[in-house]
Amino acid sequence: MRRSALYWTLHDSGMMTIRSIRHMLRSPESLLLSVGLPVMLMLLFVYVFGGAIQTGGEYINYIVPGVIVTCVGYGSSMTAMSVALDMNGGLFDRLRSMPARPAALLGGHVLGTYVKSLLGTLLVFLCAIAIGFRPSATLLDWLGIFAILSLFLLAISWLAVVFGLVAGSAETASAFSFFIMFLPYVSSAFVPTETMPSWLHAFAAHQPMTPLIETLRGLLIGTPIGNQAVWAVVWFGGMLLLSATVASILFHRRRKV
Amino acid sequence: MRAPAIQVRGLKKSYAHKVVLDDVSFEVERGQIFALLGENGAGKTTTVRILSTLIQADRGTASIDGCDVTLESDRVRQIISLTGQYAAVDELLTGKENLHLMGGLLHLDRQTVRRRATELLTLFDLTDAAGKIVKTYSGGMRRKLDIAISLLGSPKVIFLDEPTTGLDPRSRASMWEMIRQLAREGVTIFLTTQYLEEADQLADKIAVLAEGRIVAEGTAEQLKAVIGEERLELHFHNSADGRRAATLLHLPMEGDGLQLSLPAGGTTDSLRSALNMLHEHDIVPATVNYRKPTLDDVFMALTGNTEKEVRHYA
Ligand SMILES: Nc1ncnc2c1ncn2[C@@H]1O[C@H](COP(=O)(O)OP(=O)(O)O)[C@@H](O)[C@H]1O
Ligand SMILES: [Mg+2]
Repeated sequence: MRRSALYWTLHDSGMMTIRSIRHMLRSPESLLLSVGLPVMLMLLFVYVFGGAIQTGGEYINYIVPGVIVTCVGYGSSMTAMSVALDMNGGLFDRLRSMPARPAALLGGHVLGTYVKSLLGTLLVFLCAIAIGFRPSATLLDWLGIFAILSLFLLAISWLAVVFGLVAGSAETASAFSFFIMFLPYVSSAFVPTETMPSWLHAFAAHQPMTPLIETLRGLLIGTPIGNQAVWAVVWFGGMLLLSATVASILFHRRRKV
Repeated sequence: MRAPAIQVRGLKKSYAHKVVLDDVSFEVERGQIFALLGENGAGKTTTVRILSTLIQADRGTASIDGCDVTLESDRVRQIISLTGQYAAVDELLTGKENLHLMGGLLHLDRQTVRRRATELLTLFDLTDAAGKIVKTYSGGMRRKLDIAISLLGSPKVIFLDEPTTGLDPRSRASMWEMIRQLAREGVTIFLTTQYLEEADQLADKIAVLAEGRIVAEGTAEQLKAVIGEERLELHFHNSADGRRAATLLHLPMEGDGLQLSLPAGGTTDSLRSALNMLHEHDIVPATVNYRKPTLDDVFMALTGNTEKEVRHYA
């Protein structure tokens, strides 16, 4: 069939995305785990530590953005692992010897992760609402939330793909989650950064998770956002471009060696 | 005149400081089964990866069906299929889903994919397992699915990198049968192997790869002529027996005068008459061993004696 390169790129990305979603359905425990851990964390924070933490408002309303952000850690480490498996297990070799579009092979992993993460986020929202979360977001705010979350999720997915490509094995690739899951804790996700020692405060206030969380929180419950939204877009927009570029270079380089 | 199925000229490939392919040239005719024979680490996989457009050679040219593997890689990818050393199947999908995914990525239309998948599942006796997740498959079933996937697009040239390594003898035999069947249908097959026996069983043409070069090329018969064929080795209790046997059979004594070896590649008649002759003269060998030439013998014969000059037969 004679069709354009763009058509085949979309077609192949679609096939690879469906494959990735099938994987999720085959091992639903991984989705449950990636949602279950943050939800347990949320319960722990709200019911055990919540009383002792002063955030000036309902604590559940304060931490929902943070819980959503921790949610992606586990899911993206699964992505890193499965990219590493495809790379080392011969599947990518076979696919690259076929007419399949190379961009689609990685794109499918990214889109699959994106869909999985959105689903996880939705589940966390529902759990939060069940235990008293009351967002005040307007329709426009929700669109903003969707946009900024999408940017964040796509950036993290591409970063996970890069990890998968450089990791020699699936085990190494799975270490990716530590890195991503650790960052929200030293941000404004669970406690205001002003309460931290000054050296930690400096780090927490300037790492990418804080502007993201402040933006999400502002959109959800109306706290002031200021220029945090700009910082969030710069951080994760930059991460998205850089990771996607590095991933395609790494992928292409395999052809030369 | 049509181009040969595979044509390779002066291929070179090095990694860091290690020269893997030093000057590799060969040709494969259409519909032939070609075996690239070499020890572990000889550069077989590297050759396959270059021919299947996965990596680029440092020097030299290679073409499949007249299309250059670097300059016309898109065309090449339309006519080849690659089955790597390790099964490239998706463990979490079922056999059928694997075929459908790969068919889609080959850009075949839906009906073709469905029809080919059903045909191949039947051909490879996987119909019952089609709906099961590949994780539950045995090694042999995985290999079969792997090959089935590689046939989806009805390729003209099939690359099989060590297709039987790690298979039990029964699966190996059925793999051989499958490869012969494909060749009968006119497909060109390029396979790599570490086993002389496998090349002997399957290949119309064998090339031996050692130290980055093709050190011998020809049919199994032509290679055997270089290294000698299967032999029957007779050991005797004492040198008197040995000497009498040597005279009777017109063979030179070997080793310490206790050993004879007679060619076993001919008919059973010649073996029987030789053994009968010894029996009639009351000469009873102490032990009888059947010896097949191994890949080691090929290398000994080829690289030991001849300073690695390239030999051409045919
Ligand atoms: N990507 C690579 N980087 C460095 N060395 C490699 C690479 N791929 C293969 N080699 C080396 O090239 C040699 C030949 O490898 P290979 O083609 O896999 O051999 P075979 O398939 O015959 O066992 C080996 O010594 C191997 O270590
Ligand atoms: Mg190999």
